[in-house]
Amino acid sequence: MIPLSHYLVLGAILFGISVVGIFLNRKNVVILLMSIELLLLAVNMNFVAFSHYLGDTAGQVFVFFILTVAAAEAAIGLAILIVLFRSRHTINVEELDSLKG
Amino acid sequence: MTFVQLCFYLFAAILVFAAGMVVTIRNPVKSALFLVLAFFSAACIWITLEAEFLAIVLVLVYVGAVMVLFLFVIMMLDIDLAVLRSGFARYLPVGSVIALLLILEIALVMVSGFGAEDYAAPAAHPADYSNSKELGRLLYTQYVYPFEIAAIILLVAIVAAIALTMRKRPESKYINPTQQIRVRREDRLRIVRMKSAPRQETPAGGPAAGGEE
Amino acid sequence: MKSVYLAIPLVCLLAAVIAGLAGRRIGRAGAHSVTIGAVAIAFVLSLVVYLDVRAGNLFNGAVYDWAVSGGVKMQIGFLIDELSATMMVVVTFISLMVHIYTIGYMHDDPGYQRFFSYISLFTFAMLMLVMSNNFLQLFFGWEAVGLVSYLLIGFWFERDTAIFANMKAFLVNRVGDFGFLLGLAAVLYLFNSLDYATVFAAAEGASDRTLTGPFGEWKWITVICLLLFLGAMGKSAQVPLHVWLPDSMEGPTPISALIHAATMVTAGIFLVARMSPLFELSETALSVVIIIGATTAIFMALIGLVQNDIKRVVAYSTLSQLGYMTVALGASAYEVAIFHLGTHAFFKALLFLAAGSVIIAMHHEQDMRRMGGLRAIMPVTYITCAIGSLALAGIPPFAGFFSKDAIIEAAHHSHIFGAGYAHMAVLLGVFVTAFYSFRLLFMTFHGNSRADEHVRNHLAESPRVVTWPLIALAVFSVITGFLFFGPVLDGSHFGDSIFVLPEHDTVGALHDAYSVSGVNPAIASILHGVAVWPFWLAVAGIVSAWYCYCRNTALPGRIASALAPVTRILENKYGFDTLYQRLFADTCVAFGRFLYRRADAGLIDGIIVNGSARTVRLFSGMMRESQTGKTFHYAFAMIIGLFFLVTFFVWAR
Repeated sequence: MIPLSHYLVLGAILFGISVVGIFLNRKNVVILLMSIELLLLAVNMNFVAFSHYLGDTAGQVFVFFILTVAAAEAAIGLAILIVLFRSRHTINVEELDSLKG
Repeated sequence: MTFVQLCFYLFAAILVFAAGMVVTIRNPVKSALFLVLAFFSAACIWITLEAEFLAIVLVLVYVGAVMVLFLFVIMMLDIDLAVLRSGFARYLPVGSVIALLLILEIALVMVSGFGAEDYAAPAAHPADYSNSKELGRLLYTQYVYPFEIAAIILLVAIVAAIALTMRKRPESKYINPTQQIRVRREDRLRIVRMKSAPRQETPAGGPAAGGEE
Repeated sequence: MKSVYLAIPLVCLLAAVIAGLAGRRIGRAGAHSVTIGAVAIAFVLSLVVYLDVRAGNLFNGAVYDWAVSGGVKMQIGFLIDELSATMMVVVTFISLMVHIYTIGYMHDDPGYQRFFSYISLFTFAMLMLVMSNNFLQLFFGWEAVGLVSYLLIGFWFERDTAIFANMKAFLVNRVGDFGFLLGLAAVLYLFNSLDYATVFAAAEGASDRTLTGPFGEWKWITVICLLLFLGAMGKSAQVPLHVWLPDSMEGPTPISALIHAATMVTAGIFLVARMSPLFELSETALSVVIIIGATTAIFMALIGLVQNDIKRVVAYSTLSQLGYMTVALGASAYEVAIFHLGTHAFFKALLFLAAGSVIIAMHHEQDMRRMGGLRAIMPVTYITCAIGSLALAGIPPFAGFFSKDAIIEAAHHSHIFGAGYAHMAVLLGVFVTAFYSFRLLFMTFHGNSRADEHVRNHLAESPRVVTWPLIALAVFSVITGFLFFGPVLDGSHFGDSIFVLPEHDTVGALHDAYSVSGVNPAIASILHGVAVWPFWLAVAGIVSAWYCYCRNTALPGRIASALAPVTRILENKYGFDTLYQRLFADTCVAFGRFLYRRADAGLIDGIIVNGSARTVRLFSGMMRESQTGKTFHYAFAMIIGLFFLVTFFVWAR
């Protein structure tokens, strides 16, 4: 029997890893997107764990919606990435500073 | 240690390892593959939580679709890795500190009277219990409107992705459906009524007369 | 009759609108025909109304409810009685004459239609003023005539002096109007009504109410009267608010005649006469009125002695004569004041128009030192001007004699504080008046011409549109005094429109003095007048003027240099202009400059407007530095924010 807290700690570790990932791969948009997917996975992990321990399926429904939105986000993010690459021939975020004040 | 516990710790270890590799490895392709591994392990862990449907969906949607999309994009783009990797560790200290602090805080919450221990393991479901059926019932009854909205979000994502990436190629020949539908008979076909020329009376000294001779 | 009353002012307004807005389309002839036609109609209707009033048909009623506020009705209404009917006839007649005269005077001016529009508008405003049955409409007319006066003084707006003069007139009148408005407020506060009849009916009962002011207890009635008289002082140019009237001569001469001599400036006199039920209740106010009037009458006349501009001489004469009317008001001889108002309107309009005629002939030269000898060339102008001067000087049987003599006698018979001073002032004034008016006549029409060659060759009598009004006015300057003297004195002319307390009844005393049994009081007055001081003073004035300006022309210069300090004081007009310029105008300008530099440029622009902009720029500069435009910086910011959020939830619970 695995206690709930283990799942939650696992989620927290995943979350922390993906945060580190965002810091590390600040220039590479593809890996940034992957880190975000990991982030969402951490959240989903918590949802599923709670859903199981509370005996409430609603948590899983939420995970379902999160997956949907994450998929949409990934699709659009990658599409933007392609357009970006087409116009600037790079995906280096460091160079994308037209918004500089 | 039961089999379930064994599975959990095993897959948890794999998951953490894979996630670490995703964010640290040089090559984006490998990174994506480790992400696949991470998702796969997560799906396994979810099965220990009796969320079979979501576990399968995770594998199908993420591993099958999203990750393929990632790989596809990575391979399509000609990325200069050296530039992207430069200054890789510059923000590592601050990132690690923040991440550690976050993890510590979450752990602290659980240690200091969050009451996670109070959640006893739920009673086992009967043998004929179907997670998919249960989830489906909820989705199509109580959550039917959010479900529809989710569907629309997906549709919009599809349209947006296509709209963003589609290029007009000057060399290809398009047809314009609007104009095609709008076309009328008069634009294409004109019936001209022409006066029939009066029959030419053959002159007396003509060849016909000559023929009679 | 109500529609007739309504038609009289409205027809003038209509003409003003037509001439003003469609002036270009209807042309010069169109503009003057329509306005003259309108004023002629107004004059005829006024005569009809006057005769109707003489027959005993008075009217007091509203024609339109303009607004109701807190139980106070603000109405447009007419009070047609002997007083207003007299004023209407005088106003429309003078206005008609001036309209006709203007055709000749302004005939080559580019602002011809505008001018006719203005004077018709003036007639409308003046009629609204005199016909009003309530304070609010009175104030409307009051301000409207002030506005037209402003427009007409600055009629030649390309001249700097004209702009200065109209600004001055407007500002000085504002001082008076401020008092007037406060007076209206006091009336509204005390009586809760703006209707004449209501207020006058309640006046007696309210005469004991007092208020505690900075100088002890004041009767409310006194306060109201003094405030209203402040307005009258502004409009009727009494010392010390007289400074605008001489400068108003910058306007065209017909305007000087119509507005700044005959009608508008008498609005103050009319106001006090109309308010007689209020003024009668306050001896203090009457004393102030008589002292102010006497001061104006004598001191302004003295300035007239040293002026060389033909119009300014007449202007100072106007000031002095307004002072006479005010003396009459202060002596409770309201009828006499209005009587003098009427006769003065005729002969002063006549003098101005005659002066204008001379100015036309002299090609807009106004300095009397360059005139002279015009008698032979301009006989009509000369004779009419002489009649006007005789009337002004007070020689029987010309109109001015009766009214002026009545004023002097009224001052003599009055017992209020200041009446003795006033009597002396008006007596002296007779001599001075005769002297300056004949100085004008002799300098302009007698002696040798002092004009330059070019002007002298072009001298000619003015056209008939100019001379006919002169003749008409001259006729009235002769006959009005004789005709109306009796009815005015025995109270039959003004009837109940003027209220006098028995103890102030100076007119009654006059009437007793002149009522020799079986003799027309006018003739009695002539007989009486020849026997007493004023007549001989006037004659003395004329003779001295003749001696100084026809006989021994070097004498005035010698007298002037012998009395150099006095001359200088007179030429500086007692320093009022300088004083006001220094005290008010310069102070205001300095204060304005201070506000502009310190408050506006320094505080508002410098600190509030530019300062806030600078502050915003400072902070936005700081904020800008933080906006690197790099996406991951924003992502980091989000994550750090998330960390703080989690910390908050963990620790703050």
